[in-house]
Amino acid sequence: MCGIIGLMVRKEELRRSLGELILPMFDCMAERGPDSAGLAVFAAAVEPPLRRFSLFATGSGYDWYALAESLQREFGCRAELAVRDNRAEMIAPLEAGRFRQWLKARDGGVRILSAGRSIEVFKDVGRPDQVARRYGFAEVQGTHCVGHTRMATESQVSPAHAHPFTAGEDFCLVHNGSLSNPYSLRRLLEEEELEFETDNDSESACRFLQWRMQRHGETIEQALRSAFEKVDGFYTFLIGTARELILVRDAFACKPAVVAETEDYVAISSEYRSLAHLPGVANANIFEPLPERIYMWQVGA
Amino acid sequence: MTVVQLDLSRISVREVNEYLHHRLAINGTRAVEILNPNGMHNIAVGLDYPVEVHVRGNAGYFIGGMNQQAHISVHGNVGWSVAENIMSGSVRVKGNASECTAASGHGGLVVIDGDSSSRCGISLKGCDVVVGGSVGHMSGFMAQAGHLLVCGDAGAHLGDSLYEAVIYVRGKIDSLGADAREEPMQEADYAKVRELLKRAAFERSPRDFKRVASARTLYHWNSDAHQEY
Repeated sequence: MCGIIGLMVRKEELRRSLGELILPMFDCMAERGPDSAGLAVFAAAVEPPLRRFSLFATGSGYDWYALAESLQREFGCRAELAVRDNRAEMIAPLEAGRFRQWLKARDGGVRILSAGRSIEVFKDVGRPDQVARRYGFAEVQGTHCVGHTRMATESQVSPAHAHPFTAGEDFCLVHNGSLSNPYSLRRLLEEEELEFETDNDSESACRFLQWRMQRHGETIEQALRSAFEKVDGFYTFLIGTARELILVRDAFACKPAVVAETEDYVAISSEYRSLAHLPGVANANIFEPLPERIYMWQVGA
Repeated sequence: MTVVQLDLSRISVREVNEYLHHRLAINGTRAVEILNPNGMHNIAVGLDYPVEVHVRGNAGYFIGGMNQQAHISVHGNVGWSVAENIMSGSVRVKGNASECTAASGHGGLVVIDGDSSSRCGISLKGCDVVVGGSVGHMSGFMAQAGHLLVCGDAGAHLGDSLYEAVIYVRGKIDSLGADAREEPMQEADYAKVRELLKRAAFERSPRDFKRVASARTLYHWNSDAHQEY
């Protein structure tokens, strides 16, 4: 069991309230996943060549300012860093692949949680209500977000195994369920020289979809149709891109999901009870997504 | 008739259920209204008393589970496994139901006014289920006894591995599951459909329903089938 939540606000003035709206949903779903928590927020996009990077320090007392200074020396660019607890949000004019390679060679003390123009990712082990407060989920702003509360069944409990998983840029996935062929997916992708961060089954689904889009030029719908063929197991996937929220369930619909749509928002959760306190939910269009059907909502649509 | 109100914004589900288990007979309560369910799970589970219960709002998983004697109405939608293992009495949902409606129900009546999604009536053991709308895929899976009547359409793999439960469908059937087959309606079927519609207070013509039942080819192991069913 895990909990999934997602929210896309449809009015500009609600972007400021994204965090306030998501927090009660998140707290409620903590019951489905008490061991780790994570949230991906799609905030206002930064202008090229700038990028947003969410960074996670694996130990305590990480010297973020030394990192910024090294970046200045190496790339001759200024990095803007906002540090909170063991995590920093960095905006810098860096190419994601190059930064990743450089960081990997420099030290193992920090990992990239996400890269892109608008994505910000928070995730760690611990009780979801505590993780949410430690990182200030109530204050996040943006057009949409994807959250997860984890009850580990297939792999260990570690910060890297928490959801959301990311691949490429401005792309993330959360998963409720368990896959039965993650290792064959992984072997397929490793032959294509893709690198994995964990042995988690959900990571293989995330990388598979992003690989289909990036290497095969597929749209997210085409990539998901490929996934219906290749990814075996039980899943409700909620996927976030810079402009979209996408929801799918496996052919058996073994894992739950509920959607509530109003003029103001589309809200997604594993269970209705975490939507029950949203404003206007009494008059929302509430439905259960069908198996192997792709549900997609776009920013501004 | 005095109606006792239990408000879930003030007391817990456990307290509500304790009242429903232990106080009804002592207090002579014949009707209970449950307010602010807000999608909570396990409301009014395990009742064994002839009481009328009205739940005002949307409920979560397992509402009315293991019910005996009580008549429970939900004025909203419900989550997974409403009335699972119901023994007698009735559970009526005025909105839609999620998956596994009346799973393993032994007796009594379950009515969903709206739609009921996947695996409606899974493993039925004698309960009657009447759905005003449509049902999702794999409904009636391995149902052993009782009836599932669907006024709308049925999703894929209807009645997969059916035993002796009988399914009646008014609308379109996406596909039949392994060993399920459509059979001609007999007079006894029309009478049964009429009875079920009457008990659920739905006005439909029994003439519009089809009968789906087990072809009984899975009752005995067939080594020639090579596991292909």
